[in-house]
Amino acid sequence: MTAKTTPKKRVKPATSNLAKEAKLPINKGLSKEEQIGFYRDMVRIRRFEERSLRVYQQGKIGGFLHLYIGQESIAVACASLMGDHDHMITAYRNHGHALAVGMNMNECMAELLGKATGCSKGKGGSMHFFAPDKNYWGGHGIVGGQIPLGVGLAYGVKYKGQTGSAMAFMGDGAINQGAVHEAYNLAALWDLPAIFIIENNGYSMGTSQERSSSHPAEGLAARAEGYGMAWENINGESLFAIRDGVGRAIKRAHEESKPTVLEIHTYRYQGHSVADANAKKYRTKEEIDDYRKNHDPLNVYRLYLLDQKIMSEDEMKEIDSEAKQEAEVAAQFADESEFPTAESITEDVYWEADNPDQRTSEGRLFFND
Amino acid sequence: MPEISYRQAIKDALAEEIERDENVVIIGEEVAQYNGAYKVTEGLLERYGPKRIVDAPISEAGFIGMGIGASMLGVRPVMELMFWSFAYVAWDQMINNAGCVRYMSGGLINVPIVIRGPANGGTNVGATHSHTPENLIANMPGLKVVCPATPYDAKGLMKAAIRDNDPVYVMESTLLYGTTGEVPEEEYVIPLGKADIKREGTDVTIVCHGPSVPVALTAAQILKDEHDIEAEVVDLRSIRPLDEDTIIESVKKTNRAVLVEENRPFCGVDAQIAYTIQNKAFDYLDAPVQRVSTIDAPAIYSPAVEPEQLPKASTVVEKVLGIM
Ligand SMILES: Cc1ncc(C[n+]2csc(CCOP(=O)(O)OP(=O)(O)O)c2C)c(N)n1
Ligand SMILES: [Mg+2]
Repeated sequence: MTAKTTPKKRVKPATSNLAKEAKLPINKGLSKEEQIGFYRDMVRIRRFEERSLRVYQQGKIGGFLHLYIGQESIAVACASLMGDHDHMITAYRNHGHALAVGMNMNECMAELLGKATGCSKGKGGSMHFFAPDKNYWGGHGIVGGQIPLGVGLAYGVKYKGQTGSAMAFMGDGAINQGAVHEAYNLAALWDLPAIFIIENNGYSMGTSQERSSSHPAEGLAARAEGYGMAWENINGESLFAIRDGVGRAIKRAHEESKPTVLEIHTYRYQGHSVADANAKKYRTKEEIDDYRKNHDPLNVYRLYLLDQKIMSEDEMKEIDSEAKQEAEVAAQFADESEFPTAESITEDVYWEADNPDQRTSEGRLFFND
Repeated sequence: MPEISYRQAIKDALAEEIERDENVVIIGEEVAQYNGAYKVTEGLLERYGPKRIVDAPISEAGFIGMGIGASMLGVRPVMELMFWSFAYVAWDQMINNAGCVRYMSGGLINVPIVIRGPANGGTNVGATHSHTPENLIANMPGLKVVCPATPYDAKGLMKAAIRDNDPVYVMESTLLYGTTGEVPEEEYVIPLGKADIKREGTDVTIVCHGPSVPVALTAAQILKDEHDIEAEVVDLRSIRPLDEDTIIESVKKTNRAVLVEENRPFCGVDAQIAYTIQNKAFDYLDAPVQRVSTIDAPAIYSPAVEPEQLPKASTVVEKVLGIM
């Protein structure tokens, strides 16, 4: 049998209509406060990212800085659906997820600056935020490498007999990593409550989806069929559409302990990382403008809130200035915080070394002389 | 004390830990229904059922990564690699994830996983199946690695590894699985990081680990029988953490050291041991430290020649005689 089609084109999901999607079962019970809360969460992520970009440009952040601007609806919608045993793990573009699960701007900004007050004590950096107390397992720098870990979280949930799930996020570039496919197979084979979420922003660094992936006509998530898994395409500009699709996947995970692959159509306005010198070369200005003007998830949601008279312009301005202020305070907090000591370099390597009174092994763990 | 095989000793350790802690789960290729490629897990499926003994598809990156993720949540997976030689397809998971997550999270996340399986040459299976990567693992802070050589050590170290809150990689040997030794019936645990003097002696220290332990012991016997030399054989057992004290004490007593291992010479474990000896016992040395390693090439297949590539007792004897 020959394949039906082998297109290499980004599939556009159905146009969104937030007023309509707000009436979907998972959304219709949302209170006014909850809906405002989503707006606040998205604004906070955007303002945090904008502020961190400025800090980067001031030369205070080392290495990479991958901004989440343009994709905020995804982390916020997904986090809004998490219960006690629902987990999240993602790649290096992870500040949005971190804030969405409830990490605070201070610890995040301080981590960017490599300060001891950072969420990882300055040991992780921009790509490696963690908050296991909030079911947030990072923040991983190797493309696709976090996906087997996500399946492991799902395995753990199932092993412990909990009703839960593990959302494992990746980019459109990551889907071609072997580890991702091994993880797909295991999740489907063992009926694990894993939810694979492809945040398809169209590009992996400077390589467009068209130049990186062969896939069924229906898109990237449709590869799931090869593993007998359920899948869906979702329009990421609509926070409500994301909640709807992710909600179905969570239900499947909770009730049937079955995995799902979701492709969420989104876009990043900034370069791959701040240091992406070619950010505007591999795509057109028109394309970027079109997404910004017509498909920006924050703006689309803003218009919905105004239209439905859930919020006024003034209330929005207030949230906006609060978020800016919060990011400002975080930048200051980070600035004023201490760097970790050189002695701390060898802390947090081994549990045993950090808990000497409970150590059971003997012998040398470190070899610095 | 009953005599049991190295294989049985590991199996007993696994069984005891499965019974002790409900979070212990064995995962690997052919570990359950097939009873283990090397029969280490034989009978465990029948005893403990499919929740605790799990057959995985040939997907090392996937299932090792999965085990690491599950361990972050408090499951204590013991993952079997059919051969340590297959670790390389899961290297990213084993190094970047298991080895770095605790650090990058500032100590918020632990990875209490065990990865175990055979790592040895000498079975005519060619270069892709004969790797001994303990030196590579030992180079990664955050990871621990042990190489038991006897049934007693295999059982005690395996139990310690499973109870450890850090990732512990256990390297066994297909050639040792069938060997037997005394193992007490009472429960015991051997702390990681403690070397064992397998034979006491006064004239020269032979340091070894894993599959090179029997080689060192044979050499010691020849040295005694034919040359009246009493060699002290120090089995490292654990590579990281490392028991430097036992090595140094022995060298201070014998004033000579020959280091034997199945690693290749360049950046092998014994390169570190040699450094340690010259650093901490320089004034006690009466001769340069000598090394016997696997000949520096990928593992040759030819059954007639492979034994020539691996550390040989006769070479160890020669090296000892050369510095006496
Ligand atoms: C194994 C590996 N190869 C390459 C890289 C370098 N790299 C980092 S991000 C990236 C692009 C990934 O794009 P995508 O998965 O679409 O995620 P996005 O950046 O768009 O969020 C590349 C090539 C890496 N970190 N890891
Ligand atoms: Mg992308």
